[in-house]
Amino acid sequence: MSRLDVWLVIVLGALVTLAERAVFLVSTSGKPLPPLLRRSLTYVPPAVFAAITLPALVRPSGVALGPVDARLVAGVLAGLVAWRTRSVGLTFLVGMVALWLLSWAVGR
Amino acid sequence: MRGAYGWGPRAWVRFARMTAARRAFLDGFREVLPILVGLVPFGLITGVSSVGAGMTPFEAVVMSALVFAGAAQLAAISLIGTGGAVWAAVLTVAIVNLRHLMYSLALSPWLQRYGLASRLLVSFLMVDQSFALQVLKYPRAGEDYARVHYAVGNGLVTWAMWVGTTAVGAVVGAQIPPEWQLDFAVPLMFLGLLVPAVTTRPALLAALVGGTLATLLAPLPYNLGLIVGSLAGIAAGVVAEDRLPRTAGGTAET
Repeated sequence: MSRLDVWLVIVLGALVTLAERAVFLVSTSGKPLPPLLRRSLTYVPPAVFAAITLPALVRPSGVALGPVDARLVAGVLAGLVAWRTRSVGLTFLVGMVALWLLSWAVGR
Repeated sequence: MRGAYGWGPRAWVRFARMTAARRAFLDGFREVLPILVGLVPFGLITGVSSVGAGMTPFEAVVMSALVFAGAAQLAAISLIGTGGAVWAAVLTVAIVNLRHLMYSLALSPWLQRYGLASRLLVSFLMVDQSFALQVLKYPRAGEDYARVHYAVGNGLVTWAMWVGTTAVGAVVGAQIPPEWQLDFAVPLMFLGLLVPAVTTRPALLAALVGGTLATLLAPLPYNLGLIVGSLAGIAAGVVAEDRLPRTAGGTAET
């Protein structure tokens, strides 16, 4: 991306985010959201976060452990930690350390 | 004292309001601090990832200051790094931030009595943490609680922390060699957000459909895999809600 493109992403991203945050807070109509839209919004976090996470974990990085990629193994370990602890910090720590150890072991 | 300073009843009311506003502001400030501990690594990673994707530290800091939404920023940053289109990055930000519509709707009844500028300010500062604190606080606090002051109290400190940690990450990130593979931090952060979001069986299905489809469609240009996968996952969740029991492992209630 060019510098101009980066700035466009920043400014337009900021505007669209503010619009989403402000739309109901600023309108005083007090009209309820259509039930279908309201229910749909409940599933935004799991659907979107999974759609970002899974492709990045499955995508090959070049550090292969036999048939599987080091990133997938590190991701599965981190997923287990996330599930048991619900801590974003610990998930991050375990995933990164696992990736470093696996890359180091394969690199030897 | 009342004689000397000429404080009539109206001045006392004004004084009481001012201290109530200050107290609400400090409440907001104090109550968000423990939550902010979790924000520190997130902000650092956002800064590191920004420069890793080819942004300058200045761009990274401005992005945090204006967009002020970690998950959406990380998603946009990964597109900037892979050379995606501007519209795809903006659409990705819009989709990741769709949950704010829900927050905006939930908070609006509580802030109706405030002016436009106040409500815009609360909107700008409304991130997940601030929203969660507000929906817990307002039903318990009294009718005349200084809500905007509370919201600004926790929003401002969150914003300052977010911009500050991004700046540190961006400066430090420029020194980190690529062998550290810090780009992997982005999916890890999202993994940490994903797992607590899977609270019901329909939510699990939404995640499975969204993740699988996005993976299969990953070769498509413009981040279309993420966009199509997300929308399909949301739809799957809604359909599943009608057909599955809501709690994991629970019995059917309908």
